Amino acid sequence: MPDTPPTGEIDPTPAAAHSGRVVLDDEAIRRSLKRIAHEIVERNQGCDGLYLVAIPNGGVPLGRILVDDLEEITGSRLPLGILDTTLYRDDLAVRGERPLMRETVMPSSVDGQVVVLVEDVVSTGRTIRAAMDALMDFGRPRAVQVVALVDRGHRELPIKIDYAGKNIPTSAEEKVVLRHSGSETQARLEMAVIKRSSEAASDGGPGELRT
Amino acid sequence: MIGRDLLSIEDLEREEIQKILETAEKMCEIGRRDVKKVPTLRGRTIINLFFEPSTRTLSSFEIAGKRLSADVINFSPENSSLSKAESILDTAKTLDAMDPDAVIVRHAVAGVPKRIADVLKAPVVNAGDGAHEHPTQALLDMLTVYQEKGQLEGLTVAIIGDITHSRVARSNIHGFRKMGAEVRIAGPPTMLPPNPEVLGVKACTTLREALDGVDVVMALRIQNERFRGACFPSIREYAATFGLDRAKLRYAKDDAIVMHPGPVNRGVELAHDLTDHRPSVILDQVRNGVALRMAVLYLIAGHQSEAGRFA
Repeated sequence: MPDTPPTGEIDPTPAAAHSGRVVLDDEAIRRSLKRIAHEIVERNQGCDGLYLVAIPNGGVPLGRILVDDLEEITGSRLPLGILDTTLYRDDLAVRGERPLMRETVMPSSVDGQVVVLVEDVVSTGRTIRAAMDALMDFGRPRAVQVVALVDRGHRELPIKIDYAGKNIPTSAEEKVVLRHSGSETQARLEMAVIKRSSEAASDGGPGELRT
Repeated sequence: MIGRDLLSIEDLEREEIQKILETAEKMCEIGRRDVKKVPTLRGRTIINLFFEPSTRTLSSFEIAGKRLSADVINFSPENSSLSKAESILDTAKTLDAMDPDAVIVRHAVAGVPKRIADVLKAPVVNAGDGAHEHPTQALLDMLTVYQEKGQLEGLTVAIIGDITHSRVARSNIHGFRKMGAEVRIAGPPTMLPPNPEVLGVKACTTLREALDGVDVVMALRIQNERFRGACFPSIREYAATFGLDRAKLRYAKDDAIVMHPGPVNRGVELAHDLTDHRPSVILDQVRNGVALRMAVLYLIAGHQSEAGRFA
């Protein structure tokens, strides 16, 4: 699986900013997340012992919105962890170049918690596999559940999504990206399907230190 | 575009330094976990080939490799066939036949890591060669300064001590200048290079001139064992003239930090209390050394293809 990044990501390149087909706009994304927040509360009978863990880059803005939504519903604010899966990828040896690492911040212990992994796009399931391995290095969660805003199909591992925003069947030549729409200051998100050929640097480009 | 090895800072582009530092910043987090191990280089072999004694660099590379799950073998010449007069290159080739994924080389003679890299299949990291370069030390120093100051561009760095014989100084001069910092050097005239302008640095003859308004002071170790009495009259005189204490540090900026590559000759390069307390960041340098070397190993070791390493 050398050439298929297993996740969608916030696309940093302005060139790609308006290309492709928008499948979820900002309102649709927020509606989906609100519904998912209700499902999380329903399934877990509240949010005691829940711990949201977002997978960068795309999972992070979605995780932040979910924390707000869950607070609105239950009145309690959950911890949000950020868990980079780069060092746990299964394609490092066969890729030509090492991908850039992203930030990992785990504010509290996962022991005995119900961890809800938050990802923007799930396809092959390989990133979720990597995230579960990474998570186990931080302790022993009581259970792990998965949120995916978009489920593309094409699963290559026995990974199931517990809370899906939308199923979007796509071809292998396409890529689903979460990106900012409009100006950079406005936090408007959109999810778009773009052709793989129009994709720029898939590892986030030369970002600043400590982003 | 860099090759597969890390032999000197002089060979690196600014963007490559940036990428290594960014990666090392992320690696720091692993050192704060309870379980300090990730599976990234599982099943990979790293050989530490140290022809010169070393405590911190050797153990730093060893810990870095192990935290990435690589198997790390430390090879020291005392108990090897080198004592049976096998040549360095033959030893290196023999080790290469064991298919390591990276070889870390330290040698007292400048250029040996490069010669070894020329004959090996595995990527080579220079862990210090003579008075030439010590690239991972300079990178960990830059990482430490970056974490303290939030930037490297526009800073002023003073390097104090035996500049001429110091691979740490040379690597740091190249590194900080490439990242947009200004570098000054100071020390006894016998320990300063004759043409500092070639290196793009300003040579100062007094500590006061060197420290004036700087953000970072880097004291180098006086290598007693190598130059006993040759370059300055006495240790006491060196300590009085170029040794750093809190009184002399007042010439630098209020928030200046003090660095030292270690091991410190207490009371010579640095006063006792300055060795142990802020604004010295010596132990942060050591801690960052592990993360930085994890970053280097992550970027170069265990590729199946010959494609770009740092680039």
